[in-house]
Amino acid sequence: MSDNILTVKNLTVKLSGEEIIKDLSFSVKKRDSLVILGPNGAGKTTLLRTLLGLIPYQGRVEWSTKDLSYLPPKELVRRSSIFPLTVEDFFNFKKVTNKQITDILEAVGLPSKILPKGAYTLSTGQFQRLIIAWALVDNPKVLLFDEPTSGIDVGGQETIYSLLHKFWKERDLTILLVTHELSVVWEHASNVLCLNKRGVCFGSPNIALTPEKLKELYGVGVKFHKHSHDTY
Amino acid sequence: MIPINSQFILALVVAGFVGAVAGYLGTLMLTKRMTLVGGPLGHLTLPGIALALLYGFDVFLGALLFVFIGILFIWYFGKKTKLPMETLTAIIFPFSMATAFLFLPEEEMTQALIGDISQITPFAVVTTIIISITTFIVIRKIYDKMVLVGISEDLAKVEGIDINKYNLIYLISIAFVVAISVRVVGGLMTVAIMAIPASTSRNLSKNLSQYAYGGLFFGVLASILGILVFRFVNIPAGPAIIIVSVIFFLISFVLRNIKNA
Repeated sequence: MSDNILTVKNLTVKLSGEEIIKDLSFSVKKRDSLVILGPNGAGKTTLLRTLLGLIPYQGRVEWSTKDLSYLPPKELVRRSSIFPLTVEDFFNFKKVTNKQITDILEAVGLPSKILPKGAYTLSTGQFQRLIIAWALVDNPKVLLFDEPTSGIDVGGQETIYSLLHKFWKERDLTILLVTHELSVVWEHASNVLCLNKRGVCFGSPNIALTPEKLKELYGVGVKFHKHSHDTY
Repeated sequence: MIPINSQFILALVVAGFVGAVAGYLGTLMLTKRMTLVGGPLGHLTLPGIALALLYGFDVFLGALLFVFIGILFIWYFGKKTKLPMETLTAIIFPFSMATAFLFLPEEEMTQALIGDISQITPFAVVTTIIISITTFIVIRKIYDKMVLVGISEDLAKVEGIDINKYNLIYLISIAFVVAISVRVVGGLMTVAIMAIPASTSRNLSKNLSQYAYGGLFFGVLASILGILVFRFVNIPAGPAIIIVSVIFFLISFVLRNIKNA
């Protein structure tokens, strides 16, 4: 289909001989928000990194845009105070104007007076907002977001997801989101991909995400709780 | 006491340029937790310096040759044997010392170990200045990108940074800076001329550009004061530079603690 922003066909990924993803096919349309669900070790992070071209794979991965932005899981972003790095320095890794920086900071709810502050002195929640701002400051077409809520309290979680939702609504943005949080699917996803090495389910959450599929995905004992209101 | 003459001025110029670029590069190495690499690479220059002194060519050339052999060695064995860097250091350091001791008379030995800038040739001045400026420009170009690679390789790759290419440029820059440093501080102390100004700057700076240029500033300052100490107190220039640099570091440490108290 021509309005696909991403087409994945028969994707297989092996890391040091071990098959992490096997024969996976799915597609993402422009302006979709795809949530990728799966248990620990299902290959979610590997999938995002493969889609970004960071690891070798077999099969087909085709993007119709090169304008991708990525938020790695926080374990992959080294937060260290070994050298001074201000919020402003962090933005200067990208070619952006001051106006773009202050606009995006405002949009994620950070005051522009934090610009000269050390990026590593921010609280976990503020730092999370900062990297969202960083990922979106140059208006990417696609945002690939890996477990943005790990390590944030529940109150914080809701803000981060509604923040993403806001950007998704206001901008010409396609989102691929990896998460553990089932509730995010009902509130924010236009499509869902269940991953456990293979694709277990794919489609609109209401159709694809049946109790049976969830059981298949997570094994046993997942509390199934479908929200009554519609997605987007 | 050596007289204030053209040799003394040349010594100041050479040490100043070396101090500047080594201090600047040192700040980048510190962000990548790689300051110690300057150690084994410096030690590796010893056989090269020995050859240069025995056969009468410039120590820079001997040092450069062996640093490149050393980088290949570290890269190859690191890849093949998966030995950690520190083990490789443990192999390289004694080997280099042993070869230097084997071939060099005692007087040249001291020169190889702690440097000597009392006899500076026009060739030395010209090569030092050209290499310092060129490497500085190259490092400034890759600086931000290398810092981002240090924060997250994935983010850097998505931003379109060719990590292998930049790592190679970075290693070659280190090789050249080590090779021009041995004239000033010898094969034993190259790690110090890179790591100490960076640590001092880190204690006093608030953002990335203050930090990077702070390394350069303290590198120059320590070199020039070190040469002055050498001129008036008559202790060898290399050790004098390092000691001055450590004094700056201690002061910066105290200042930082006062500020944070």
